[in-house]
Amino acid sequence: MSLELAVAAALFVGVIAYAVLGGADFGSGFFDLTAGSSKRGAELRTLVDHSIGPVWEANHVWLIYVLVIWWTGFPESFAAAMSTLVLPLLLALLGIVLRGASFAFRKYAATLAQARLFGIVFATSSIITPFFLGTVAGAIASGRVPLDGTGDRWSSWVNPTSLFGGVIAVGTCAFLAGTFLVADARRSGHDRLADELRVRALGVGAATGAVVFAALVPLDHDAPTLAAGLEGRAAPLVVLAGLAGLGTMVLLWTRRYAVARITAVLAVAAVLSGWGVGQYPWLLVDEVTIHDAAGATATLQGLLVAVGLAVVVVVPPLAYLFKLTQSEEWSRPDH
Amino acid sequence: MLTPHVVTATLARLATEAEPPGLLPAREQMALSLGWHIVLACFGVAFPAMIFVMHLRGIRRNDAVALGLAKRWAKVSAVLFAIGAVSGTVLSFEMGLLWPGLMGTYGDVLGLPFAFEGLAFFLEAIFLGIYLYGWGRMPAKRHVLMVLPMAITGIIGAYCVLAVNAWMNVPTGFRLVEGQVTDVEPWKVLFNRHAFLQFAHMWVGAYMLTGFSVAGVYAVGMLRGRRDAHHRLGFLVPFVFASVAAVTQPFVGHVLGFGLDERQPAKLAAFELAETTESPSPLRLGGILVDGEVKGSIDIPYLGSLIAMNSPDKPVPGLDTIPEEDHPPVNMTHLAFQTMVGIGTLLAAAVVLFWFQRRRGRDLLERRWFLRFVAAAGPLAVIALEAGWIATEVGRQPWIVYDVLRTTDAVGDYTASLWWLLGISTVVYTAMTIGAVVVLRSMARRWRAGDADLPSPYAPEVAAAPEVEA
Repeated sequence: MSLELAVAAALFVGVIAYAVLGGADFGSGFFDLTAGSSKRGAELRTLVDHSIGPVWEANHVWLIYVLVIWWTGFPESFAAAMSTLVLPLLLALLGIVLRGASFAFRKYAATLAQARLFGIVFATSSIITPFFLGTVAGAIASGRVPLDGTGDRWSSWVNPTSLFGGVIAVGTCAFLAGTFLVADARRSGHDRLADELRVRALGVGAATGAVVFAALVPLDHDAPTLAAGLEGRAAPLVVLAGLAGLGTMVLLWTRRYAVARITAVLAVAAVLSGWGVGQYPWLLVDEVTIHDAAGATATLQGLLVAVGLAVVVVVPPLAYLFKLTQSEEWSRPDH
Repeated sequence: MLTPHVVTATLARLATEAEPPGLLPAREQMALSLGWHIVLACFGVAFPAMIFVMHLRGIRRNDAVALGLAKRWAKVSAVLFAIGAVSGTVLSFEMGLLWPGLMGTYGDVLGLPFAFEGLAFFLEAIFLGIYLYGWGRMPAKRHVLMVLPMAITGIIGAYCVLAVNAWMNVPTGFRLVEGQVTDVEPWKVLFNRHAFLQFAHMWVGAYMLTGFSVAGVYAVGMLRGRRDAHHRLGFLVPFVFASVAAVTQPFVGHVLGFGLDERQPAKLAAFELAETTESPSPLRLGGILVDGEVKGSIDIPYLGSLIAMNSPDKPVPGLDTIPEEDHPPVNMTHLAFQTMVGIGTLLAAAVVLFWFQRRRGRDLLERRWFLRFVAAAGPLAVIALEAGWIATEVGRQPWIVYDVLRTTDAVGDYTASLWWLLGISTVVYTAMTIGAVVVLRSMARRWRAGDADLPSPYAPEVAAAPEVEA
């Protein structure tokens, strides 16, 4: 593997990690928003708070990891994407800011009215953020980001591929979150809530699946390079994603929630890997390849050192954190 | 007379002088978001160490007061960390959005320190999660150790960010050949010779800001008559941190200033308000530059040469030695620099006085004027930190990378539409500030009312309350 490809792979691992871990956090906002009145939704909202509270900060850092590797490893393409996609990126950023702040504020809010206000901001921004990040992915994948950064500031992300990308991102996040929350609800003994969430997660899964299939139609002429990749090299991943998605639905249906989480993660990881493999060797589709976009060799080597170090020093404590959140002690009510 | 010739001549002059229309709003945008983030970053760097000391004391001495304080501080730090993390994310977007000319060309030169900063931040976020939710859920001795990585990674992260800033002041690790960046040596950027001193200055500043701010909260409590062990301990631990930092800072700052006359003579001239080169140079207190003349300053002879040049008569090189187009905004740089030094000196003197009197058996905590001063010391430290940052950043202008890349060439080709962004950002940051203040105050109020553990806003008793919307 060439140096720049290794860095691109490390970058893409970050994209997948953010989509899976951050995505599940974002999706929790969807269920939070649709949980009903304060009284009816209290149980679910407490569950959301409890299950993403310890991990959302760490899950959020994947985005920073992606940005930093991108601008360090492939600086010109980063500047180009930022310039062309300034609008959806700013809207996503607004969502990130409002979401992070209001989630923290809600936890310590003084009154129910305050908690409700912060809660609405948190949940709404949890939906708009993945939508706009999805449109960014669609813009890059459909070859709408020129390397000189002069792409149209509107049509680059208001187009079939981008809009489908946004909707699919929201749906995928919600589906992931649903699967995770169902399992959390049952583990902490909220059986009635788990049953309710199960039905809604199945609904979200069915809707998202339908959108993904519908997206295949416009993709052929709106993003031909990506479509060719998806039908060719990335076809096995696309099939895997479909099977894992279906499998998750079956497992949810039969109430095998613990396994369903694994297949749900697999489905999302496969979709994203399909995107990556499908658009290879392009970094910005039809504009610049990974090879040509790469920065200085010494810097790429340095980045791989940083990534190697991350594997050694970040992964163990991260695994410890996740293990703790799944343990019996942490399922106890908060202090 | 408005002859066509005059009009074309004026237009031609304007065209050459005119800055890109997006430059001013982009700079203001960066100033707002970085100036806001920097305060929270200080808490991220310094607060964990204070929590660690307090928590450790709680365990070692079986001190319930100390444990209670550590627990509350942890909850406060959770709120501050959350908004610090999102405002930090804003900055990583803005690097590319606002300064494509910098990131597109120099991204691979300056990027590596950010990668390590990202690593450090990752660890900080993970251990924050473990620590916050670990209360009562893991053995006490292991739990207290979970703060330590946060204290260490805060330091590493700050070093990395300061390494990039130091690089912008003293660029290294690459060569420009016919306008192309070559021979990139990213490790040289990470370990550039200026990074450590700049980091040390900022790091100590973070302890001052956090220490005085936290101590100030308890000073206010004492002013209102709450003079229990809780308040005394809550004051003392952060005040000790702040004291050590405050007396160290003038030395660190002085060492950092060595060689500034060679590194960035324009910045030094602006700091010292040296319009012309004078031998020996005076120290100018206050004053502004109007039409090339210094007005309203109090000049202390010799002191400028002594402090800036470490010599009784060596002159501070004046602005007259530097081409006009390379002058930074002199007045803002000078006043910001003096504000930082002035407040820093005041705070150092105050802590020396406090500990000196304490040795002599006099407790200034019994004096209302001293408590009032400590209450103001937190905001003062914030002002000093912001002023120091303005001094170094504005003093570097018109360069974004000193002597290599002008800020005008780094900015994106956005038009005045960036003013909209600035307006929206101002609203969002204001709302976030109000939200944080409201939430922190309500936490404090409930703690005072005797709630050791804050109830979840959705706990059954809250949810069971009558529906407001009904």
